[in-house]
Amino acid sequence: MTSRRHFLKGCLAGGAAAASVALIPETAEARDTLQRPPEALGLLYDATLCVGCQACVAACKQANENPAEFTAVDKLWDTPLDTSGHTFNLIKMYRHGTMETKDAEQNGFAFMKTSCMHCADPSCVSACPVSAMTKDPVTGVVGYDADACIGCRYCVAACPFGIPKYQYDSPTGKIGKCELCRHRHQDGHYSACAEVCPTGATLFGRTEDLLAEAKRRLALKPGEWTSIPRGRLEKPGENVDEAARWKAPLNQHYEAQVGNYLQHVYGETEYGGTQVLKLSAVNFQKAGQPDLPPKSSAATSETIQHTLYGGLIMPLAVLAGLTWVAKRNVVPEDQEKKGDQS
Amino acid sequence: MSAHHPAAPVGGKLFNTATLVCAALIAAMIAVLFVRFIFGLGAVTNLNDGYPWGVWVVVDVVIGSAFACGGFSVAMLVYIFNRGHYHPLVRPALLASLFGYTLAGVGVLFDLGRWWNFWHILWPGYANPNSVMFEVAVCISAYIVVMWIEFSPVFMEKLGMKVQKQKLEKVLFFFIALGTLLPMMHQSSLGTLLVVMGPQVNPLWQTPFVPLLYLLSAITLGYGIVLFESCVTASAYRREIELHLLQPMARIMLGVLAVFLAVRFGDLIVRGALGHAFAPSLEAFFFWLEIGCFTAPFLVVGSAAARRNPARLFLAGVAIMLGGVLLRLNGFLIGYDTGLGVDHGWNYFPSIAEMLVTLGMFAVEVLAYIIITRRFPVLPREAAAH
Repeated sequence: MTSRRHFLKGCLAGGAAAASVALIPETAEARDTLQRPPEALGLLYDATLCVGCQACVAACKQANENPAEFTAVDKLWDTPLDTSGHTFNLIKMYRHGTMETKDAEQNGFAFMKTSCMHCADPSCVSACPVSAMTKDPVTGVVGYDADACIGCRYCVAACPFGIPKYQYDSPTGKIGKCELCRHRHQDGHYSACAEVCPTGATLFGRTEDLLAEAKRRLALKPGEWTSIPRGRLEKPGENVDEAARWKAPLNQHYEAQVGNYLQHVYGETEYGGTQVLKLSAVNFQKAGQPDLPPKSSAATSETIQHTLYGGLIMPLAVLAGLTWVAKRNVVPEDQEKKGDQS
Repeated sequence: MSAHHPAAPVGGKLFNTATLVCAALIAAMIAVLFVRFIFGLGAVTNLNDGYPWGVWVVVDVVIGSAFACGGFSVAMLVYIFNRGHYHPLVRPALLASLFGYTLAGVGVLFDLGRWWNFWHILWPGYANPNSVMFEVAVCISAYIVVMWIEFSPVFMEKLGMKVQKQKLEKVLFFFIALGTLLPMMHQSSLGTLLVVMGPQVNPLWQTPFVPLLYLLSAITLGYGIVLFESCVTASAYRREIELHLLQPMARIMLGVLAVFLAVRFGDLIVRGALGHAFAPSLEAFFFWLEIGCFTAPFLVVGSAAARRNPARLFLAGVAIMLGGVLLRLNGFLIGYDTGLGVDHGWNYFPSIAEMLVTLGMFAVEVLAYIIITRRFPVLPREAAAH
């Protein structure tokens, strides 16, 4: 009889515990998708301006002191086929049919830059258990600290763009990814890929300004001539001090024809928005960019995590319940009498 | 730890075919690990940037720790739901859990690319409470300590530490409560690990309810493992099967399993994801395989008569274990597609060397179980019980 009553009490406590530990309503500590910081830095990649020269790939290797990767038989040139722990930036190619026309989906070809998107709400930062992946509160650059990293590769698994990569070829392998050349910012250098881009296909600047520039281009008529900035895009009304922070000279503009753009700035809203933005004439998915919802997965994951464990309130409440029940049910051996329990 | 039927060492020889095979597998594992630590992960594994987590994470840790839920499931039954008569099952189940978890904890180190930094995960300043993996790491580490405390009366009995044992038993209830809470937390979080991967995980396994699914499946898996272990132990040591305990426990297992399946399908229907189960894809095939394994126990041990048949109980245990394996394998590997299938062409199947390490880890567990049950009072004393 007492056993049955205990059992029911146990059911109640245990059931409540299981339910409260595991229920996931997006209520309490719901965490919204994070926004880009106001001074966020980024890149604008315009596939219609890209000529596929790979100068940015070489410059990136140099700036990050990465070794060449050989995939061809002769091993003469750096020929990575994808980004890797030793290649943080790559221009990939879309090919179709006869490949006659640039920026055409049918019988055409197009280029696409592959490198870190510097998400407003990065999955890698949320996933990293040891804060080796961090997002700079001012510039928004997603940086990596090898000295903190445990090499669990959760960031590799978490990123939908497939960006953080691990160096499997080394017993002390690190994660490799674009950090927007943040180590060169102090010397006035900005992202090496944008510094060397001869056509302005990769442009460095504040994401806010880059987004405005992207929208300006989308509003123009294809084939029309327009002024295209190269290197770094200045902030509107930028003063001398602000300009002096960066080394490269301004006025690198040139006249170019407007591309036949899709009316979509990739990265404006994807996964909560990214600081690297892309323009293309060829469907983004066909060019290798994933189709992503406007909500970041980091927000969903952290909402679940903090609903269950915020302030440790729920675990402690459940522990109290379980302790109360267990205290009644655990009988030390020496106090146990025969027939005490069923 | 109170014992209604006093536990006793099984005794017998420690060198036999089973232990020697285990030793050989362990030696192979050590050889592979030697190469891994000298030359890096790429030298022995087929891991790549499309599949950064292979069997060392998914099987050794995620599945390995779920297999180790016997201790948690049975302890919950005995101490929280006050079903004292299941007591003889506690020690053997706890022993298997102890090794399962301890090895999962050690196994993580083999997979960590920068393992010498492993302590950062628990160190303030490095630790990131937003990370699901942080939660998993904290709870698993704490649980390993709690389980050694829960199990320590066994060693104290053997070593004649009466006073210490009495002192410990006065506060044991707290560790038992903690030992019930911690697995609930990390077994659910092992599922939550998938959430941040977002749409890279097939909608059949990517859901905000994944923590509840992993928790419920871990509890049933715990009972499934106990069925399996009890049958194997009985046959290997030529002991009587504890049918009077396994039979009602199998019924409880079916109850939890029914709840699991209700949540599983309810979630798929509400999210409108069930359509993916009817796509002509590998993922859909493995989904039905998983569901098949989870429903099989109802067919095998659904009736009271069937539950009196040890062979059927064993089969039901195996089916549940396979279901639990598939749920995890499907979410982390088969239903995972990095970069959402866009032109990456990544593939993964574990290398022989990788599988040798996984086998070696299970061999350590089996070997330790044999040595401890033969030399320490874990299994109920045969003669005393009947």
